[in-house]
Amino acid sequence: MTAPALPSLARVYGTRARVELKEFFRQRESVVFTLAFPVILLLALGAVLDYDLGAGVDFPQYFMAGVITAGIVGASLQNLAIHIAGERSDGTLKSLAGTPMPASAYFAGKVVQVLAVAVATIALLLGVGVLVYGIDLPSGADWLTFAWVSVLGAAACTLLGIAVSTLCRNGRSASATVTPIALVLEFVSGVFLPFDQVPGWLQDVAAVLPVKWVAQGLRSVFLPDALAAQEPAGSWELGRVALVLGAWCVLGLVLCVLTFRWQDRDTR
Amino acid sequence: MVGDSRPRPGDPLDPDAAISVRGLVKRYGDRAAVDGLDLDIRRGEIFALLGPNGAGKTTTVEVLEGHRRRDGGEVRVLGVDPARGGRRWKAELGIVLQSGAGDSQLSVRELLEARAACYGDPRDPGEVLELVGLTEKAGARGRTLSGGQRRRLDVALGIVGRPRLLFLDEPTTGFDPEARRQFWSLIRSLRDLGTTMLLTTHYLDEAETLADRVGVIARGRLAEVAVPTALGGRGSAPAVVGWTEDGVRRTAETATPTAFVRDLAARFPGEVPDLTVGRPTLEDVYLKMIGGSGE
Repeated sequence: MTAPALPSLARVYGTRARVELKEFFRQRESVVFTLAFPVILLLALGAVLDYDLGAGVDFPQYFMAGVITAGIVGASLQNLAIHIAGERSDGTLKSLAGTPMPASAYFAGKVVQVLAVAVATIALLLGVGVLVYGIDLPSGADWLTFAWVSVLGAAACTLLGIAVSTLCRNGRSASATVTPIALVLEFVSGVFLPFDQVPGWLQDVAAVLPVKWVAQGLRSVFLPDALAAQEPAGSWELGRVALVLGAWCVLGLVLCVLTFRWQDRDTR
Repeated sequence: MVGDSRPRPGDPLDPDAAISVRGLVKRYGDRAAVDGLDLDIRRGEIFALLGPNGAGKTTTVEVLEGHRRRDGGEVRVLGVDPARGGRRWKAELGIVLQSGAGDSQLSVRELLEARAACYGDPRDPGEVLELVGLTEKAGARGRTLSGGQRRRLDVALGIVGRPRLLFLDEPTTGFDPEARRQFWSLIRSLRDLGTTMLLTTHYLDEAETLADRVGVIARGRLAEVAVPTALGGRGSAPAVVGWTEDGVRRTAETATPTAFVRDLAARFPGEVPDLTVGRPTLEDVYLKMIGGSGE
């Protein structure tokens, strides 16, 4: 008896992508938490903070880069770390591991989910920014920078999110473990306030982590070049942004391959 | 076949068996959870694996499913070493875990369709829903199902790929008696389709009614394998005959209960008052076999 041919990888990937999109967008908590949180942050801080950063830049224009960074981190690192830990705890992952679905299809589905959520979050933030605060949208080549910084940042944070999910003891504690990590990471990376107001030694810490470089790359998109002088190096350092984020992708991938598990550690 | 039907240690693997295991060892730290287990499961049979918690039952099944690496011994599942089983091999298995469907936002039908899409020749999701009695819940989200419905969904997910070998890990936990009977008839209809099944359960009546053979695992080894009626020498154990004579309850232990009852019948004009003939139940012999072992 010859076994029937297995479905093509493309078909299985497509199925997983649809599953992941439905799982995310049908869960009200995750939609509110991930999509609406950056918007609320923009509206709340935009209403409270009002200072001139020079070169005619007001706070909302400055904050756009930070809040989009928070949106990307939320869509990738926080979303994946929390939900993969949950799927590991409730048996979803073990169940999938016992099927002919290749492991790569699971991750492909997650990547599609992250991309969709990140694009939706960014579009929402740009819309609110333009309509409420009249921010200036990027122009010309800045869109290209916007795209590659976002994609590279999301990729690094996706891989880190998968790796961090393994640190969570179980699904229930995942949110409480991951959310503070992400908030602290964003805080020291100058997401919520001008980076030059972060204490020097924290700037040094942030400089070896990926989030700071996403925010810096995005500032180059939303701010006039005159403000590059306020950056630690006195320029946007886009080459270094690409280098550091690329390095985090490699490191994140290695961590994922070394640590990923289909079951909680203490079950046996 | 009646008596003990375990393979002996050192026997070669059985190439015709659905599952063939020799000398399986799995350690957690210093402790051997499975310690030299030998087992053959024939194609088309329903085999029930019994054993107390901690005896190595779940570990053994997880090694067979490919979920866990072994530390020693030889294992073939459908002719393939589970440690090297690829997608094609997994497509021949169905695995019903103790917690499988998770907390999904997808509907029952969507979950089944997504699972079916992983296989080359899946069953029709609508037919599978019919088979497990979830047709009316097809549109309900996974997370809104009751415990028993969730279990039936787990079974549906396990069989939608048309497996040749089905693992069932305590499939009826949380079922009411009616749901268990329905589930049993589902299992029998799968057997009629030629599906081999390895069942682990805590319900001895379930093992007795479903299984062609039962194996009792204790301290990481198979203590015995037999048809349910013969386990622990049940079939040939002395029977206890009870009756009432002159208003007094009488009992007698006998190796030949048929002859004994015939004699008894001859002594009474009509029915023998309050006649009972008992042999050790599966539970009696099981508890005796695992006594002092396990935990």
